[in-house]
Amino acid sequence: MKKSLDNPTILSPDDAGLYIANISRRAFIKNFALTGFVLAAGFPSLSGADETAAPSEKGKYGADAMPHGWVDNPLVFVAIAEDGTVTIVCHRSEMGQGVRTSLPMVVADELEANWLHVRVEQATGDESRYGNQDTDGSRSMRHFFMPMRRVGAAARSMLESAAAAQWQVPVQEVRAELHQVLHPATGRTLGYGQLAKVAAKLPVPDRETLRLKKPAEFRYISKGRLGIYDGQDIVTGQAQYGIDTRLDDMLYAVVARPPVFGGKVLSYDAKDALKLPGVVKVVELPSSPLPAGFNPLGGIAVIARNTWAAIQGRKALKIEWNNGPHGTYDSLMYKAELEAAARKPGKVVRNEGDVDAALQGAVKRLEAEYYAPHLAQAPMEPPAATARIVKGKCEIWTCTQAPQASRDSVAKWLKLPEDDVTVHVTLLGGGFGRKSIPDYVIEAALLSQAMNGKPVKLTWTREDDLHHSYFHTVSVERLEAGLDAQGKPVAWLHRTVAPTISSTFGPDSKHQMPIELGMGVINAPFAIANLRIENPEAEAHTRIGWFRSVSNIPHAFAIQSFVAELAATAGRDPKDFLLELIGPPQRIDPSTLGDSWNYGESPEAYPLDTGRLRRVIETVARETGWGRTLPKGGGLGLAAHYSFVTYVAVVVEVAVNGDGELSIPRIDVAVDCGPQVNPERIRSQIEGACIMGISLATLGEISFKEGAVVQDNFHAYQLTRMDDAPREIRVHLLPATEFDAPLGGVGEPGVPPIAPALCNAIFAATGQRIRQLPIRDQLRKA
Amino acid sequence: MITLNINGKPRQIDLPTDTPLLWALRDYLGLTGTKFGCGMALCGACTVHLDGEPARACVTPISAAVGKKIVTIEAIGQDATGQKVQDAWLTLSVPQCGYCQSGQIMAATALLKQNPKPSDADIDKAMSGNICRCGTYPRIRAAIKQAAGSTERKS
Ligand code: FES
Ligand code: FES
Repeated sequence: MKKSLDNPTILSPDDAGLYIANISRRAFIKNFALTGFVLAAGFPSLSGADETAAPSEKGKYGADAMPHGWVDNPLVFVAIAEDGTVTIVCHRSEMGQGVRTSLPMVVADELEANWLHVRVEQATGDESRYGNQDTDGSRSMRHFFMPMRRVGAAARSMLESAAAAQWQVPVQEVRAELHQVLHPATGRTLGYGQLAKVAAKLPVPDRETLRLKKPAEFRYISKGRLGIYDGQDIVTGQAQYGIDTRLDDMLYAVVARPPVFGGKVLSYDAKDALKLPGVVKVVELPSSPLPAGFNPLGGIAVIARNTWAAIQGRKALKIEWNNGPHGTYDSLMYKAELEAAARKPGKVVRNEGDVDAALQGAVKRLEAEYYAPHLAQAPMEPPAATARIVKGKCEIWTCTQAPQASRDSVAKWLKLPEDDVTVHVTLLGGGFGRKSIPDYVIEAALLSQAMNGKPVKLTWTREDDLHHSYFHTVSVERLEAGLDAQGKPVAWLHRTVAPTISSTFGPDSKHQMPIELGMGVINAPFAIANLRIENPEAEAHTRIGWFRSVSNIPHAFAIQSFVAELAATAGRDPKDFLLELIGPPQRIDPSTLGDSWNYGESPEAYPLDTGRLRRVIETVARETGWGRTLPKGGGLGLAAHYSFVTYVAVVVEVAVNGDGELSIPRIDVAVDCGPQVNPERIRSQIEGACIMGISLATLGEISFKEGAVVQDNFHAYQLTRMDDAPREIRVHLLPATEFDAPLGGVGEPGVPPIAPALCNAIFAATGQRIRQLPIRDQLRKA
Repeated sequence: MITLNINGKPRQIDLPTDTPLLWALRDYLGLTGTKFGCGMALCGACTVHLDGEPARACVTPISAAVGKKIVTIEAIGQDATGQKVQDAWLTLSVPQCGYCQSGQIMAATALLKQNPKPSDADIDKAMSGNICRCGTYPRIRAAIKQAAGSTERKS
């Protein structure tokens, strides 16, 4: 840990001079959740900005291919007040990844704004105005770095033009620098606040004419020197999350939902609940027909004067449920079903050479099955939303990763035009994919409607969150390989079986979608002549959704564990074996691996570069001192994985004592995510990914019995705590070759290689091979 | 009607006496800095100080807080140790989503007030009741040590 904190890109006490805290907007934030921000004067045309959302079409990539694309109009994203305060709009949701710092920082840098005089305003859900707002897929910076640079550069150019006009000098003679425009020849200066009014009336310069900064000119980008924008509010308890919304006359609600997915209320009795102090009303919410989509589950809502009264009221309800078709879902039985499916041929999704013949001819063969259970995202802030309907207009305050989908869904359910629904986005107390789905937002809107538009805050308790998530899938991965006399793999057969996310949105979906297969299974970049990948059917019995890094988790766990098992079978060093399997550096067109998706990115700009994959492995091995001697019970495990167009390799060091107790003294992780816009937040994301990876590998499991989730709260759904967390995490960021190289994702790609690296380390330490997650007490000596 | 001493001021609360302090703070008084994470004393998000001791507000009925000095995240910066902890949290950029951090800061402040030079084991013991789903533990540990260092320098 010492080392990672000593790194110059981390804010450390000794370079306090580097720490730039932004406190200028403190006065504004107070009523954030109540009224949103009122825009400061300046740039008066802001609200009438012409919209330049890029069209999204097939055959386009990156942000161009997302719904509503991107917008780079400075009048949409920047306002400058006469006192010089620069307001920058952040249109992506902040959930801990630092986007409310990093995206505005990009604008501020190109704008030559002084960060101390920048305030950030959170956009409401409005993609036709701001471009795509779905904060998921590790793509906020990847998709909006360039548009936000252009926003800043265009605004800077307008300020320079305004100053040049005022001084009646050619614009080439002036330049913007740190919140003012200078005329070096005469020493004159004009502050941004003085120029704002005039600048706002000038035409927005053409995209093609903008002068973007050279990397050497960056003030904030790539430096990692800014404190997080909301830091001061967070440490003083002032930060506003979805669950913190307060409106006048607000009521508080919780909902009793069908314990089994697809279940319905048969009958209920609310008499006792209504007698409790503080309980105001009990309302039935209709259940929705399957497939689930974003629809709420239905159930019985208790509306009260405070959250506690609502929770007490819910306890007093007597409800009879019809469990519906999924009432027998049982995780133990389902695991056996998945295993049976994995042992039979399934739909072939990639096929090269002749695997069967090569297996026949192999000198050694190895088979292994890996199991990874359902997981719940369990953000520390459970889902919450507040709704109010006034004169047919609905306003929502919520912690959502999907502001536009929330808006669309509420409009649909309340039968209102989209323009009459406003979704204010609060801070998110974690998201991890759960808050990409607005079921809870719709619930809040329906409850306000049931109360004649009165403001209602819906809170999900932890039990609600664990019982009714859109769960991470559950999977069996079966691998089989053959080695030749030299121990070189000559055949590779992988069967991946898991219920698919598409089952949540369409009936009878039993095969993984291209985006799921593209998460590390179909595009395994291995130099093996005979290779076949199959995807047998799996039926879903619950709502399958997105969990940070999604299908990469089971795929990386199985593949990177299996490679280490093969290395052991061949009697080889796991690192050398992995590097040989990857083969020489080459830039592979993902479509040649059967991956038509490639995280939505262009195959030319984003080939699968095995040179970069090799480099993260070599880096992490060097930094950790691969092969170093460890105390008794110690072991090092390596895993590498490419996801979200970023390359990550990890070495986990474990110590397993005589009782089989596991501890993790150190993790080294090497990351090549292309150019690093905010290295400080990249490091924090990778540190967090390490801990989430350890948590899911050692403890994480959601299981079902009689159709319902077994785990109620954190005693049963355990998460890694301080005492079991890795003691030291060293993040090694690989420098990008050039700053114009395409950006990779950051939020998710750290997670997938952790579990296999951990299990490989346990094998190195003990000789015990873990093939079933979570590890829990599998290492314990009885 | 119950009167509680919250952040140095008497506050009147008209709620049933078994109502947990958490909901009295959040819903009745509007002190939303104290967070809900589990409701069962499992996560530490709701940590406040009762007479200087860390307590889980989600399982503390308001009746049990009568006569005690209650301090929440909103006022912990008025305490010298609390302020050092907040400063350390900012200089090391500890928070990710930030949601757990009220509870973490309250737990860390209570630790440092009782034990100005905690060892790693002391930190584990004092902080393991507080879950951080974002995984900020290494920075929390570093920030506690930094705050401990600055406590020492200044006293
Ligand atoms: S909310 Fe009180 S400990 Fe979790
Ligand atoms: S910072 Fe997000 S839960 Fe701790």
